[in-house]
Amino acid sequence: MKRLATLIACTAAAAAAQQAPDKIAALENAVKAAQSAGDNAWMLTSSALVLMMTGPGLALFYGGLVRKKNVLATMMQSFIMMAVITVLWALVGYSFAFGEGNPFIGDLRYMFLNGVGAAPNGDYAGTIPHQTYMIYQLMFAIITPALITGAFAERMKFKGMLLFMILWALVVYNPMAHMVWGKGGLLNAFLGGKFRAFDFAGGTVVHITSGVSALVCALYLGKRKGYGTEPMKPHNLVLSFIGACLLWVGWFGFNAGSAVAASGLATSAFVATHFATATAAIGWCLAEWMHNGKPSVLGGISGAVAGLVAITPASGFVKPMPALVIGLLAGLLCYFMVAILKQKLGYDDSLDAFGVHGAGGTLGAIMTGVFATNEVNDALKDAAGKPLPLGLVDGNGGQIVDQLVAVAIAWVLAIVGTLVILKVVDMVTGLRAEEEEEVVGLDLSMHGEEAYNLES
Amino acid sequence: MKKIEAIIQPFKLEEVKEALKSIGIDGMTITEVRGHGRQKGHKEVYRGQEYTVDLLPKVKVEMVVNSARLEEVLKALTTAARTGKIGDGKVFVYDVAEAIRIRNDDRGEAAL
Repeated sequence: MKRLATLIACTAAAAAAQQAPDKIAALENAVKAAQSAGDNAWMLTSSALVLMMTGPGLALFYGGLVRKKNVLATMMQSFIMMAVITVLWALVGYSFAFGEGNPFIGDLRYMFLNGVGAAPNGDYAGTIPHQTYMIYQLMFAIITPALITGAFAERMKFKGMLLFMILWALVVYNPMAHMVWGKGGLLNAFLGGKFRAFDFAGGTVVHITSGVSALVCALYLGKRKGYGTEPMKPHNLVLSFIGACLLWVGWFGFNAGSAVAASGLATSAFVATHFATATAAIGWCLAEWMHNGKPSVLGGISGAVAGLVAITPASGFVKPMPALVIGLLAGLLCYFMVAILKQKLGYDDSLDAFGVHGAGGTLGAIMTGVFATNEVNDALKDAAGKPLPLGLVDGNGGQIVDQLVAVAIAWVLAIVGTLVILKVVDMVTGLRAEEEEEVVGLDLSMHGEEAYNLES
Repeated sequence: MKKIEAIIQPFKLEEVKEALKSIGIDGMTITEVRGHGRQKGHKEVYRGQEYTVDLLPKVKVEMVVNSARLEEVLKALTTAARTGKIGDGKVFVYDVAEAIRIRNDDRGEAAL
């Protein structure tokens, strides 16, 4: 009897032992699925938030700053990017940016989104569908050219703008995104780049490229007719206010989403983003208050955008206190660029795409080299698995050099690429609206409609 | 018949309307206008770009009154519109040759 009981017990134990690996595997799968669900939910939300930054965010922000005869045309310049860049991205853009290719540009492996499906791409984001990563990155590709439109607002031909933007996405944006974020990209610190540059959410890729290209556009196209003699006051700062606040909210998707997971790093980037924006708004307002005697609403919202720009590359690398510092510096620097230096140099960057995005992006990229710390981001490890020192605060002053290399490449690519594209477009479709079109306003002359038909 | 054309501060419009109503003047035409006399404009600054705004918003009140009531109306109007500061505006008075009520072809003072 006792022997029988032992036998039964042994059989049961053997069966249980056989079941255990299956159970563990099932549990592992369940944990993976749960993490994937959480991460994917956040990344799809972030994608939507970043799209919201272009429309309505940027469209309203820019639209309010122009004269009322150009508000629709200005909004359209942002809005149409949501359509045109999307198609381009689906056909070849994503592949040029994120295909492996060479250090400068991706190959055609993901052309027509071939092989970009529900299975994760372990190089970029191991817990979410590759397609989620693709659509998230698309939203960055949309807003970047839209930012440039601020420089040539109120005087660019619509046809010329379309051709310019398509070429710009191919020649400037896709290569820069590949170099910084693509596998094997020249500046990709995490995926085999030659230079170890840190750009968490697009200080170089988005803001330096767009801001510097904006300056080139403003110089190439020349000033708006009547610039400096006729009043060119913003026609509706309420629109700009709403737009800027939408940008602030959407930017959480931009920066915290760049963690590509619903992780602690995402929270850290969220917090850094918010803190820098706060001090930048204060910084711009204070500078204006002291310089002009009054803190303006336009100053407050411009400062906030400057802070968002500057913290973008740093957001996933810095602690909250440095974020406060970066924001304050951004508010002060961008105020100086826009309100003092631009007036002295006399170029007509209509809506200050360069003064805010070019200057703020450059500041942010350099500050990332100063304040990046492995206490926030431990993705880089040595052979023994210990986190490597990141920025100057970790004792790695050399990082600032790597950051400067990335900044220099972004500046040069933006200047040369934009100049060449402008020349080509100038020959093919023309760039600048005819004088008469500019005088009646682009709403009527380019689109055949007016924004405010209050008597109809 | 006299036509009174008064250019006043926009925020004084209600008081002027009340004052005129209280002495039995019902008809008037109001236009939002911009202009300046000796009052200096103000400065606006947008991202460091300075604009001097010297044409300020005003309201123009126009009415035609019986000549006999002119002084009474002018007194009510200027008293109500006055703050005592530069920028209060001006009043001009013209002779009117004819007035016609479109509805029934009343002419002259009967049309007022």
